Amino acid sequence: MDKAHAILKAAGVRKSYRMGATRVEVLRGIELTVREGEFVAIIGASGSGKSTLLHILGGLDRPDKGVVQFSGRDLNRMRARELNRYRNEMVGFVFQFYHLLDELNVLENIVLPAMVSRSVIGWLLARRAATKRAMELLEQLGLKERIRHKPYQLSGGERQRVAIGRALMNRPRLLLADEPTGNLDSVTGNGILKVFEDLNRAGQTIVMVTHDERIADRAQRVIVLEDGRIRA
Amino acid sequence: MYKLKLITRYLLKRRITHFAILAVALCVFIVVVVMTIMTGLVQDFKQKNHRFVGDCVVGTDSLVGFPYYEEFIEKLKGTAFVEAVSPAVKSYGLLSVRDQEVRRGVEILGIDPVLHARTTNFAQTLHYRGSQPDKAFQPAYEPNALGCILGIDLALMRSAQGNYVYDDQPPDVAITLTCFPLTAGGAPAKVGAGLVETQHFYYSDHSQSGIAHVDGSQIYIPLEQAQKLCMAGTLKRVNAIHVKFCQGVGLSEGRAQVAAMWQEFKRAKADAPDSFLLDAVLVQDWKEYRRAVIAPMEKEQVLLSLMFILVGVTTVFIVFVVFYMIVSHKRKDVGVLKSVGSSNVSILALFAGFAFVIGCLGSGIGALTAWLFLSKINWIEGQLFERFGFQLWDRSIYSIGDIPNHVEFPVLATIVGCAIVSCLIGALFPAYSAARLRPVETLHTGPV
Repeated sequence: MDKAHAILKAAGVRKSYRMGATRVEVLRGIELTVREGEFVAIIGASGSGKSTLLHILGGLDRPDKGVVQFSGRDLNRMRARELNRYRNEMVGFVFQFYHLLDELNVLENIVLPAMVSRSVIGWLLARRAATKRAMELLEQLGLKERIRHKPYQLSGGERQRVAIGRALMNRPRLLLADEPTGNLDSVTGNGILKVFEDLNRAGQTIVMVTHDERIADRAQRVIVLEDGRIRA
Repeated sequence: MYKLKLITRYLLKRRITHFAILAVALCVFIVVVVMTIMTGLVQDFKQKNHRFVGDCVVGTDSLVGFPYYEEFIEKLKGTAFVEAVSPAVKSYGLLSVRDQEVRRGVEILGIDPVLHARTTNFAQTLHYRGSQPDKAFQPAYEPNALGCILGIDLALMRSAQGNYVYDDQPPDVAITLTCFPLTAGGAPAKVGAGLVETQHFYYSDHSQSGIAHVDGSQIYIPLEQAQKLCMAGTLKRVNAIHVKFCQGVGLSEGRAQVAAMWQEFKRAKADAPDSFLLDAVLVQDWKEYRRAVIAPMEKEQVLLSLMFILVGVTTVFIVFVVFYMIVSHKRKDVGVLKSVGSSNVSILALFAGFAFVIGCLGSGIGALTAWLFLSKINWIEGQLFERFGFQLWDRSIYSIGDIPNHVEFPVLATIVGCAIVSCLIGALFPAYSAARLRPVETLHTGPV
């Protein structure tokens, strides 16, 4: 594992937010390296900046200072189009509240990333392959019987598995999970972690944010975030 | 591709979008129906006025009139661009019907019926003598008597439905017309012991021009009789010369040529007796001549258009509110879409496309419903009267048999286009806000 090359590097990342008249510094110089195939858990108390860090790593937000590199490329220097492509192809997000689109069924939610990057004609050409990929993921996640169901017809665990399927649709090199079990009971949460473990065994790089040490212990490496800094 | 799918789903699943479509459809429906009726009324009214006066009028508002008209008519007849010319005397008088207590003020129009039929649509307005304008002033029941033609609303009564009841032959009605003949100086002329001239006529026909004011107050008599009744003096005078241009001669071009001829004629007559009366004569095309009656309707149409701009603003506001609500409810979706790689432009296009579809559907439904409603509007109006006695369309006011319902395609296309643009304008700000939304603002919160 040690010999695996670094897929993600963060150096001197700082981020602050304005709250009324005051400015709250959330991240105070984060230094972080994630290697290819690692399962990293970032743990910290509520408000410690875990989600902010995850959003910065995933290109959903920009740091005030510092550098985030993905495979040697600085995210800050990427143009908007390149950043969109990065989010579409290189990373997959799993959120605490699943964030599935209510109007789409399970299959459509999963193929969404494949649709986003394509025009109508492009999608017509790629639809068969994308649907095949989505069906494989659904089978892998145990949701094959649920493909036509709408999110509101699913349990919390099933919704999170759909969200994982969506995140994996475009075969991203990095999976970012923000409190993926935070909204689930322990049994269901355990099932989700099992899915992550299986994915990681298959070579998927995962960065997971959680406040629960027991969940973090399932990862190969645990990073503790405290007062906007990584505890040594 | 996802935009198309999401637009379709938002459209089918979100009830609020149905209300947006309904709002657009209603606005388009109202605008199409009212504009069609109003435009139809104005066009019909203009057409009737055009037919009533011909293409151009050389005339004066003065009741005194002007002399030497016959010479000018000869000059006009000698040109290649004039097809027909008709002199006319216009004045006011008192009409009374023998053996009846009917006395009312009328507008007198003295004409040569043959010349006037060539110049205007006079013959088509007649009921009994339409095919024989030369006999227009010959009562069928008394061919040697002096006839007159009454405006239809002076001659006939209407039924409750607004229809006229005609006799097979004109009824034997004797009419007396009393006038004050004016001298060339504009003073009442002494006629015998008094100042009034009286002449007896027999009702020979009625005229339906379709212009309510004309049909309710006009009496047509022979030109010579009108000159005798209304104008005193040695030189024969008229108030107007109606001109019809040849096919293909433009209105302004023809009017300009007549005006030039008139100026030349006036100069040539500068030293002739009573030539000062020529100074008051104007050469106007039919639109200018009938400006006083057409302008109010045009103003109403402009006012209506302005009111519809307000309707358009309302549509924009409705769409804005609906989209603001949709975007507020879809903040999470925007965050999710951005997290899977959607660009700001793509999000903007999603909501703009959604507005476009709402605009197309709403305006399409509105236009179709309006077209169907207009195609049946006269039937509906008839049913309202038959079943409930409610008369929506008073023929005695509008002098048009049916409610105008001809939908002009360019007008329809313009209204539909404006509705779609209004929807896009209404959705612009919410769509822009959605596009500018930072995903982290929406994704860190629970389900909405």
